[in-house]
Amino acid sequence: MKCDQLSIFLENRAGRLAEVTRLLSEAKVNIRALSLADTSDFGILRLIVSDFDKAQKTLKDAGFTVGKTTVVAVVVDDHPGGLHSLLEMLRNASINVEYMYAFVQQSGNNAVIIFRFDRTDQAIELLAENNIQMIPSEELSKL
Amino acid sequence: MIFDIDKETMPREELEALQLKRLKQLCERVYANVPFYTKKFKELGITPDDINSLSDLQKLPFTEKQDLRNHYPFGLFAVSRENIVRIHSSSGTTGKATVVGYTKRDIANWAGLMARAFAMAGATPEDIIHNAYGYGLFTGGLGVHYGAEALGATIIPISGGGTRRQIMLLKDFGATAICCTPSYALYLYETGKEMGIDFRELPLKVGIFGAEPWTESMRREIEDKLNIKALDIYGLSEIMGPGVAMECAEAQDGLHIMEDHFIPEIINPDTGELAKPGEVGELVVTTLTKEGIPLIRYRTRDLTKITYTPCRCGRTLARMQRVKGRSDDMLIIRGVNVFPSQIESILIETEGLSPHYLLEIHRDGNLDILTIKVEVAGTAFSDEIKNLQSLERKIQRNIKEFLGVTARIKLVEPNSIERSTGKAKRIVDLRNENQ
Repeated sequence: MKCDQLSIFLENRAGRLAEVTRLLSEAKVNIRALSLADTSDFGILRLIVSDFDKAQKTLKDAGFTVGKTTVVAVVVDDHPGGLHSLLEMLRNASINVEYMYAFVQQSGNNAVIIFRFDRTDQAIELLAENNIQMIPSEELSKL
Repeated sequence: MIFDIDKETMPREELEALQLKRLKQLCERVYANVPFYTKKFKELGITPDDINSLSDLQKLPFTEKQDLRNHYPFGLFAVSRENIVRIHSSSGTTGKATVVGYTKRDIANWAGLMARAFAMAGATPEDIIHNAYGYGLFTGGLGVHYGAEALGATIIPISGGGTRRQIMLLKDFGATAICCTPSYALYLYETGKEMGIDFRELPLKVGIFGAEPWTESMRREIEDKLNIKALDIYGLSEIMGPGVAMECAEAQDGLHIMEDHFIPEIINPDTGELAKPGEVGELVVTTLTKEGIPLIRYRTRDLTKITYTPCRCGRTLARMQRVKGRSDDMLIIRGVNVFPSQIESILIETEGLSPHYLLEIHRDGNLDILTIKVEVAGTAFSDEIKNLQSLERKIQRNIKEFLGVTARIKLVEPNSIERSTGKAKRIVDLRNENQ
């Protein structure tokens, strides 16, 4: 249930983000989900893409610092309290969320949340025990 | 192998006798042929006859870079122009260029000294020397070139630039020695890696690096990555070019100064007085044999110290410590002396950081602000902001702890700091921009 997320180091300079999207577009890689964390000097762009290896190679060859991070994609009911009950469950198991970002599936009733946990294996186990739906890597890249 | 065993292992008494004889001849030459020195001697009330021992050297005046600039281009030459067979010149980036001229004998002496330097690195006529120093007015390229030929080795005069081609030829020609700046050596390694070439698999054995200050930690990094022995060479165009001093492969412990051609002194850069034995100060060099443009007590601005204890390689020549910086490159940040080389050491020793960095200093009100731009190399990267921020804090803490200066650390993308094939540019001082 682990998914590969691409993390890219970006300086806060005009056009750096556009450079990433241009390279991915030329390589015909589709972006499924993204989040950008930033400070005044630099940012980290996190991406779920249709073809991880191709995206990683394309950006590396262009001189970007890229990393591979293991994340978990969790399906959450799109109604009030849906996310809360999930976070409660994690809290009770003392699993820390390093960061997360969400996207809503097209024509669906569910939201997908990408989680980066401090203890990924335990988190997956816990979610599986509680019948929480997770999206496997291959499926996520095809969404 | 010792190239010139008579001179390089001369007992000190004999060496000093030779130096004194040559010093007296030098004084006579410049007094008779260089109006600048005639005037200086007269102002100080001395003549060449007053030089009767090596300690009389201190009676003689200093020569400064500015003196060469003031006599641009040929005003300090001691021979007529038709006896000059080659001209070299500095780039003139910090002011008017300094111009030096060489006679036939100067060129032959220089080649001989560079051949000694190659032998100190363990090179023999069997070796193939890849020379990536720039050819042209800069002394590095041609200095190395003639020295390699004097040794009888095979020289590849590739000069600077065209990095990917350099790597291809390093591989195809099987060079066993390389000459370039230390920062370019690391750039070659990085580019080689991108091309899928592992330097450890090349026949390269030794690198002779100079033309910019570097550090012991950078040496270790080069030796590790390129799987070679990395040696330091010293020279400057005003004195001759590369080969004024060279580290031996046996000891890697200081650079042997070619004392039969140059007399070194260490002075306090502020007072001009001789430093105590073994103390760090500014290197001052008197050229004993140069004909084209002999210089008396030339202030190099390079900071080092000298030891006279014989080296375990068998040479008796004095050794200077690797240059830790230039007295005019030293940054004074809020009253604290800082050398780029010190910052470089700290960065290299902080896990996973690249040795490519840039120091920017600007003034905010009356306060100097030092910003250090550091490239985030592969292993130092994390997908979490907090880890990168803690890396910044770690660098900041180390700089504060070792240098006593608070610096702003700015992580930048790989390869965003300009690479140079010559001297790396490490400092951007904007403090006088708005005044």
